[in-house]
Amino acid sequence: MTDVAIRASEKDLRDTDLAAEDLHDRLSRAWGAKSGLIGWLSDVDHKAVGRRYIFTAFVFLALAGSAAALMRLQLARPESQLIGPDLYNQLFTMHGTTMMFLFAVPVMQAFAVYLAPLMVGTRNIAFPRLTLFSYYVYVLGGLMIWVAFLMNIGPDVGWFAYTPLSGPQFSPGKRSDIWAQMITFTEVSSLAVAVSVIVTVFKQRAPGMTLDRIPLLVWAMLVTSFLIMFAMPAVMLASTMLILDRLVGTHFFNYAEGGDTLLWQHLFWFFGHPEVYIIFLPGTGFVSQIVGTFSRRPVFGYLPLVLALVATGFLSFGLWVHHMFATGLPQLGASFFTASSMLIAVPSGLQIFCWIATLWGSRPVLATPMLFVLGFLFIFVLGGMTGVMVASVPIDLQVHDTYFVVAHFHYVLIGGAVFPLLGAVYYWFPKITGRLMSERLGKWNFWTAFIGFNVAFFGMHILGLMGMPRRVYTYQPDLGWGPLNMVSTAGALLLAASFGLFFINALVSMRSGAPAGNNPWGAGTLEWATPSPPPVYNFARYPIVRHREPLWAEGDELPVAHGLMVSQRELLITTLTEARPDLREGTPDGSIWPFIAALAVAVAFICSIFWAIAAVWGSALVGLTLIGWFWPKSVTEDVT
Amino acid sequence: MKLRPVTDLSGLPTYGYGPQSPIWWGTLGFMALEGMGFALAIGAYLYLYHLAPGWPLADRPPNHWPGTLMTAVLLLSAWPNKLVDRAGHEEDLPKVQRLLIVMSVIGLLTLVIRFWEFTQLYVRWDQNAYGSLLWLLLGLHYTHLITDVGDTLVLTALMFTKHARGKRFSDVSDNAFYWYFVIGAWLPMYVLIYWVPRW
Ligand code: HEM
Ligand SMILES: [Cu+2]
Repeated sequence: MTDVAIRASEKDLRDTDLAAEDLHDRLSRAWGAKSGLIGWLSDVDHKAVGRRYIFTAFVFLALAGSAAALMRLQLARPESQLIGPDLYNQLFTMHGTTMMFLFAVPVMQAFAVYLAPLMVGTRNIAFPRLTLFSYYVYVLGGLMIWVAFLMNIGPDVGWFAYTPLSGPQFSPGKRSDIWAQMITFTEVSSLAVAVSVIVTVFKQRAPGMTLDRIPLLVWAMLVTSFLIMFAMPAVMLASTMLILDRLVGTHFFNYAEGGDTLLWQHLFWFFGHPEVYIIFLPGTGFVSQIVGTFSRRPVFGYLPLVLALVATGFLSFGLWVHHMFATGLPQLGASFFTASSMLIAVPSGLQIFCWIATLWGSRPVLATPMLFVLGFLFIFVLGGMTGVMVASVPIDLQVHDTYFVVAHFHYVLIGGAVFPLLGAVYYWFPKITGRLMSERLGKWNFWTAFIGFNVAFFGMHILGLMGMPRRVYTYQPDLGWGPLNMVSTAGALLLAASFGLFFINALVSMRSGAPAGNNPWGAGTLEWATPSPPPVYNFARYPIVRHREPLWAEGDELPVAHGLMVSQRELLITTLTEARPDLREGTPDGSIWPFIAALAVAVAFICSIFWAIAAVWGSALVGLTLIGWFWPKSVTEDVT
Repeated sequence: MKLRPVTDLSGLPTYGYGPQSPIWWGTLGFMALEGMGFALAIGAYLYLYHLAPGWPLADRPPNHWPGTLMTAVLLLSAWPNKLVDRAGHEEDLPKVQRLLIVMSVIGLLTLVIRFWEFTQLYVRWDQNAYGSLLWLLLGLHYTHLITDVGDTLVLTALMFTKHARGKRFSDVSDNAFYWYFVIGAWLPMYVLIYWVPRW
């Protein structure tokens, strides 16, 4: 009945017979954001959210990088007076925490928010308001911890905040509470994005994009999102228990009252090890796309690569105890975790072989993205080797808590994630901004990063073997660690300069880079079928996928579907495995409520650090904002 | 790049039920991650239980009657829940309205019972780790109860307005879907909180 009334008019106009110009105008109107500040804050376009997310994550990288630079300056000479022990403790905690929780994970999810909908050929992410909400929660959490740091209440208990050190007895004051609450902020936001990405990939793939036609990067994002879904609750539970111990006197980690400090370590590392893969798997996805494009052929071994991703995902949950070898575990348990830690090298090795096989004899184009991929291969293999070393208990006991470990995980994290990430920025920058980054600056950027990184971190292996412990603010001259530390600091400064070049390149190119066109690299996946930057609605008509690299296979004519509404936002929902068209479903317009709800969450979280009771009225406040969010604002929202 | 239309989608429906609909998958996703949270909390309980010299770390185990009542009410609520789900599928508005009221009342009842449960644990959260665990487990489940009851109340109100049509029926069945999760998650907790200490 009412349905009929709505259908009758202009409102039900479909894209079928519209000419390109007209279609563009109408779709832009239906999908565009409102103007003004409120409109800007309410914009649920995944590209807008994704861009802000990426930008914010790089701001946190710069902050955490500055903390690292300060640490390196302090360590350059023995008995340096630059930074005292208290500030140093805050610096390494802020550095580690920011890098892991506010940069590495969010930046990968940010890329998923931007790229996944384009790569699967849809017009927006599933649950766009939730995604927007999670962005604000993330920003507010990051803001909280950095403001606290500036007020000298930055956390100082290391990025994994072991109890009892972080507990009420040994860390009075608010520092650890800030840390624990920041964790809760970022995990809420990560989890929400993970669910959105999973549903986007499951239900919004373009017609014909069967499971075996999903781009490898999207597979990586999917597996990563599952890892987030099953790993992050552990650290959220842990941080909640910690803050309860600290604020309302529970005893989860209090040995004297039936609690256990190792419970913290189990919960933390149950999350912490998969975390490494949460950061690393999207990196491998970037590598797969870039390798395929620049070697101008489909990546060798699609199926093994997908299986390797999935296998890594599963195995990563069986490894956490290797972070706890020094706690005196039963012998058999330790052996099991050593074996599984070594086992996970197998799928990683397999991936590397597939990339090499793709590159072999292909004469790859050595543009900047490709250079970063080659740098990644080199650094990551080294990091993997030291990883297999520390997976064995006797070695681990020797180098535990020394700079050997610091060197190892920076090889894995920077090599495995940051290098592919920088490559990815160079690769997708033209899509996002419509302009190419400078190749000349790009080459400088790469070589300074590569050399700077190795100079900064290789020597740390040796320092570790010489016995230099991590997390010390200084050391005596007669220990002989001075020269290598000086070298390391020099390398770190070169590395910092390389990031300076990167930021300059990005800023300058955004204004005056060469126009990119749709597909500057001649890539094969769907995101390159759109103009650069893509219009708000992504695709004028839904693409139909018949190949793994549709743009390579279809030549210059893309088969598409029509019949969708143009007066309001409509998404095509397809079936899980075969991606057969199933529904034309409405998707939300912009809304200010996600922003308001995120503010309410922030008020609840931050106030509850100071008054436990705020958890109660804060939740009520959040509940109210959620009602405001979900209550339909117009009748069209009901039918579609 | 030229676009060559090959398929017409104008005949597709604009909403669907169950696995057809993205919201259903989103709900499932949240169930999975919340279920993981529950599982880990249960794991923490068993871990400390395993380490403790005796259990419970209190003079006596909690009074199981409130919990048993809760279990009974939750299990029985599966029946109207199924009915409301079905009525949603049939898009039968009067029936949906009636049943949602029933579910709201049941929901509010469980909130009250839960309150009673807290008073019958015979241990405070700050007494020892065992007490902390009980309050944590019960509290975790409580937040889920509150969330779903809140959602049910809002949805009930919504179904009495002009918005009660189209996709809202599919929302009704997604809400029912989540309630099953709330029931299912409770059962292991019930055993853990009330019967493990009596072993
Ligand atoms: C940009 C160049 C970087 C430099 C120069 C650097 C330097 C350092 C140094 C010197 C430490 C050891 C502090 C100590 O133990 O006293 C450290 C710790 C750490 N770094 Fe980095 N780092 C960099 C990038 C990264 C990145 C990209 C990540 C992660 C994605 C990362 C994650 C960590 C973590 C988790 C710790 C441990 C913090 C703790 O002990 O609690 N770092 N870094
Ligand atoms: Cu690990």
